[in-house]
Formats: sequence, structure tokens, C-alpha cells
Amino acid sequence: MDLSLIIENIGIYIEGLKHTVVLVSVSLFIGLLLAIPLAVLRTSKNYFIQAPIRAYVYFFRGTPLLVQMFIVYYGFGQFEAIKASFLWPFFKEAYFCALFAFTLNTGAYTTEIIRGAIEATPHGEIEAAKATGMSRMLMLRRIILPSAFRRALPTYSNEIIFMLHGSSLASVITIIDITGAARIINSRFYSPYEAFLTAAVFYMALTFLIVFLVKKLEVRWYAHLRPQETATVEARV
Amino acid sequence: MNARQAAIAVEDLHKSFGDLEVLSGITMTAQKGDVISILGSSGSGKSTLLRCINFLEIPNSGTVTVCGEQVMMKTNRRGQYVPRDIKQVERVRTKLAMVFQQFNLWSHMTILENVIEAPIHVLKVPRLEAIEKAEAYLQKVGISEKIKAYPAHLSGGQQQRAAIARALAMEPEVMLFDEPTSALDPELVGEVLQVIQKLAEEGRTMIVVTHEMGFAREMSSRIIFLDRGVIDEDGPPKQVFESPKSERFQQFVKAML
Repeated sequence: MDLSLIIENIGIYIEGLKHTVVLVSVSLFIGLLLAIPLAVLRTSKNYFIQAPIRAYVYFFRGTPLLVQMFIVYYGFGQFEAIKASFLWPFFKEAYFCALFAFTLNTGAYTTEIIRGAIEATPHGEIEAAKATGMSRMLMLRRIILPSAFRRALPTYSNEIIFMLHGSSLASVITIIDITGAARIINSRFYSPYEAFLTAAVFYMALTFLIVFLVKKLEVRWYAHLRPQETATVEARV
Repeated sequence: MNARQAAIAVEDLHKSFGDLEVLSGITMTAQKGDVISILGSSGSGKSTLLRCINFLEIPNSGTVTVCGEQVMMKTNRRGQYVPRDIKQVERVRTKLAMVFQQFNLWSHMTILENVIEAPIHVLKVPRLEAIEKAEAYLQKVGISEKIKAYPAHLSGGQQQRAAIARALAMEPEVMLFDEPTSALDPELVGEVLQVIQKLAEEGRTMIVVTHEMGFAREMSSRIIFLDRGVIDEDGPPKQVFESPKSERFQQFVKAML
């Protein structure tokens, strides 16, 4: 194994790392912002509110991320209406297409995660909130969502990691993310072993960081689930 | 016209779940300072009656008036009897604090946060004032040392006392207790009953659905006995227990002893 190869070209990987981090964090962030109201609306009893959200979630969970990305990147250009519209400067960029597909994809999964967590809110806690005269909005903001986010966190941390790994597909449509960097090194030096192993190390480091941050959040959010002796001590950390 | 304005007036209340009629025309009033115990065997509709008063259950017909304010109802497009204005229901609920059988504390909040939550966000009490009051109420129910603990760290009796402090912090006109000791271990019932007793002695208006015959007999100013959705006995405890008119109440008392 020739590590000097990697060290000499580490700049390409750093560039790839930047793209991966931006792609993943921006799509996760917007996806989450999208998912919270959708999840709340998805619990509505009104069929006309519920149905379009169900359809959206079903489409994005029912098809592979790569196919979704291809539809946006290769597919949208076929339509003259899109090419003529103000949207075209965005959709002709591979980067934007990947971001667009990733955001909608993670938004769909996150909607389902949060919806499940909302529906698992203990019924009695909702009744207690109603009995104090809380409005539905206040109840959502103060009781239901804070409680639901706590329940959703373990599943959502999986979604973050899946999204990170899924983002490697962006390299297929010319984006130089971590995997894209590895492909460049591989094709330049015919050394797949070094190239992709380095990419793997980068992904593992990012995953480690995600797990670490989620753990920190769990310490803060799960004080109410720990035995009492440790709860007060760890809450100060 | 009533000279004194009733704290709660319920007029011809009906409630069904599917084909099962649980309340078949309940009319009752609670004056300020009344401590009313609602008794009845399980399925007699006593919890449902209590939950109709603060609209956790929507009655099928009849009216509820709280401190002179009648909750306005309407029939919606699907023919259901519903409150005309949910804002009014929310406003009325702030006057009616409820204590539940299963405590229903918000599990992700500390005891203090549970108590100050609604005063701050619903009644718009300034935070510091709410905390001060919460501390006083938590002291009153005897759990001021648990102020920073989470509900899961408390015993059932402590949780129920915290829930009572949460209800008190709303400074309600009427307190509704829905079987407050039924989920507790026998040795924890006493500490909760003592707190409720203290409140009764202060002259607070309370409606208590309970199975504690001792409490009903000693502490309440009035007993209401529900049977199959109607009020079968209604009067001061002395009268009701010593010379009951209702045969079913006699059977009920006998079975409880």
C-alpha cells in the first residue's frame, strides 16, 4: 500500500469532504424543517391534508435515492417548460440536483420518523395539557413535539448516518464528494485499494462525529429516563 | 334565578359511546366551596361526567356552565354536537384544573417545570412569579425536595401530589379529581388523601370522583351517587349514608365495606 499517494493528494479528499459535509448537512437541515410541519399535518384526520403527504412519503421511500437523483438530474432537462423557466439555472447544476433529491428523500423518511413519535405521545400527557387550557399550537410546541423529538432521536440518528452514506451517490453525477475524490485518485493512479480505503476512513470519521454529537444530545435530553443518582450529576456536564 | 352564582351547573347532559349511553340526562350544580364526591360502581359514568365538565369528552347534548359562563355549543355539518368556539373551551378549562388517575405529568419536564408550564404559557404569569408560586405549592403538597427531579424518579404518591401542585398553580375556581388514589399502592393512598383533605378544609370547590368511602363520608359536603348514567342519590353525606333512598346505593355501600 502506497500511502504517499494519498498524502500527496490529500487536497482532493479535503475538497471532497467539504462537498460531502455541505450536501449532507444542508439537505438534512432543510429536510428536517420540511418534515416537522409535514409530520404534524400527516397526523390530521382530514383525508385531503393527509393524502398528499402520504403520497410524497410513499414515492420517496418507495424508490431508490439513485433513481430519484437521476430523475432530477437527467429527467428535468427534457421538459422545455423547466428549461425555459427561472428554475433552469438551478436544475442544470449537478450539485443543486443532488441537494434537491437528497432533501426530499430525507424529508420523506424524517416525516415518517417524527409522525411515529408524535403518535406515540402518551395520551394522558396530551389530556393533561388540554385540561390546563392549552391551545393546539401551544400543546404542539411545548408538550407534543419536545416529547416526540426525544423519542425520535435514536431513529433519526440512523437517518443521519444513512444520508451520509447515501450521499456517496452524488459522485455518480460528477460531484466531487469524498467518493468522487476517491474515484479521481483511482483513475489517475490505478490504485483502488488506497483510494477507496481512504474514502472509507473519511466516512468512518464523520460517522464517529455524528454518533458523538447524538450522544451529547442524548445526555441532555434523556435526563428524565436515567436513574436519579446519575441524572443530576450528568446534567451539569 | 339563583342568588349565588354556581361554580358549575350541568344541565341535562347526555353522552354516548357508540350505542352505549353512558350519561342519560345529568343535571347538577356545584356551589362555590362545595366538596362533591361522585360515587358509583365502575361503568356508572362518573369519570365521563367529570370529563364532560372540562370537555375532554364532548357531550351529545346538554349544557355546562362554569362560573356563570355557559359553554356555547353548535351542531356541525356532520350533525355532531360540538363546542361553537374552541377558544371559549380553552378559557373555561383554565378555571377547571384536573387531577388524573394516572397523574399524567409531562415526563420530559422536571417537577418544577411541570408546575410552572401552564401558568407561564397559558395564563402568561411572569416566570419568576410562577416559580415562586410553584415552590409554595410544592411545599404545600410536601415534595419541595423533589423540585428538580423528573416524574419517573418519584413514587406514585409523590407524582400525584406533584400533579395536585400543578393543578393548584392554575389557581382554578374548581378542582376536578378523577379517581386520584385509584392507581396508588395502598400505603401511598393516605399521603394523597391528606393533601386533598387539606384543600377541602381551605374551602376550595372540588368535585372528586372516588372510591374512598371514608373520604367521601368525612370530607365532602355533598355526595352524588351515579348509577347507569343517572343521579340516583344526591345529598349531604350524613343524610345519604344514614337514610339512603336508593336501593342500589345501599347495595353499593354494602359491597364497598
